[in-house]
Amino acid sequence: MMTLDSKKMIKIFNNIASKVEEEKAFLTELDTAIGDGDHGINLARGFHAVAEKLSQMEEDDDTGSVLKTVGMQLVSTVGGASGPLYGTAFMKAGAVSKGKRELDAVGFLAAFEAAVDGVKMRGKAVPGEKTMLDALCPACDALKISIAGGDDLKTAVWKAVEAAEKGVAFTKTIIATKGRASYLGERSLGHQDPGATSSLLMLRVIAESL
Amino acid sequence: MVGIVVVSHSQKLAEGVVEVSRMMASNARIVAAGGLDDGSTGTSFAKISRAIDAVYSEDGVAVLMDMGSAVMTTEMVIESMEDRRIRMFDCPLVEGAVVAALEAVMGSPLEVIEAKASEARLTKKIME
Repeated sequence: MMTLDSKKMIKIFNNIASKVEEEKAFLTELDTAIGDGDHGINLARGFHAVAEKLSQMEEDDDTGSVLKTVGMQLVSTVGGASGPLYGTAFMKAGAVSKGKRELDAVGFLAAFEAAVDGVKMRGKAVPGEKTMLDALCPACDALKISIAGGDDLKTAVWKAVEAAEKGVAFTKTIIATKGRASYLGERSLGHQDPGATSSLLMLRVIAESL
Repeated sequence: MVGIVVVSHSQKLAEGVVEVSRMMASNARIVAAGGLDDGSTGTSFAKISRAIDAVYSEDGVAVLMDMGSAVMTTEMVIESMEDRRIRMFDCPLVEGAVVAALEAVMGSPLEVIEAKASEARLTKKIME
């Protein structure tokens, strides 16, 4: 059975850090169109700090403490809205994974659900407002259905990626009603949401790295 | 005296709000927590934490924010200081800070200051 231990998890976060660095300009370009133009730079700074912190961390078998460390690092270093949002997400995922040496499909789903709930709580947001939730919520639903159907973790995460891709495409068709983009009203139409895009990027890295 | 922290994405804006507030309340315990540590725009968990520490007393601290991550980051700082008396004010940043600084200097308690600062949103600048 495929599982995710803390070592593999750290590798995934290193891969996310590289990916975000690679896509920094793209994310910032998306955010310049409908936001304050800092999403790529902020997230790259945050995950760079995450990778550095994880490399200094004493070996820890607890997946929960890895996730918590990631969350706290993001809150402290990102500087934009994605800091408290992703930070809360990983801290909540860490809280439900506390004491687990590895996450199986069910454990991963529990962590993912807690993360998405964390984003909803922190952002006081729901799907349909052109935010990262428009990628995360469909991804979470797909993950749940796939795992309930007996798929292994990697397959389930790929299905979540597909759902998140559709979610990102959907954000192009709606008007932003949360976040900085909401000040643009109808002018936010036609642009994909940077937060939903970074959520998709991260999910894809997880699927590829598993 | 209630302490006041002004949180903004911009260091200059936060410092400017403090400057304007001190025009009428020079003795107010009001500090700025704007921008990131290197001075660039954004909101910093560490800066907000330090600012609260700097003006904290048993009378409590009022935090006024501009928007978005300023609100969410402040929320997380307050969650990390569970046992303290800290309130986030939902009010216009400049007018709210001026009112809060005045009330604080006059010795009003945190709840009263919050009510007054919140009223600032209803004050019209141009009379019909």
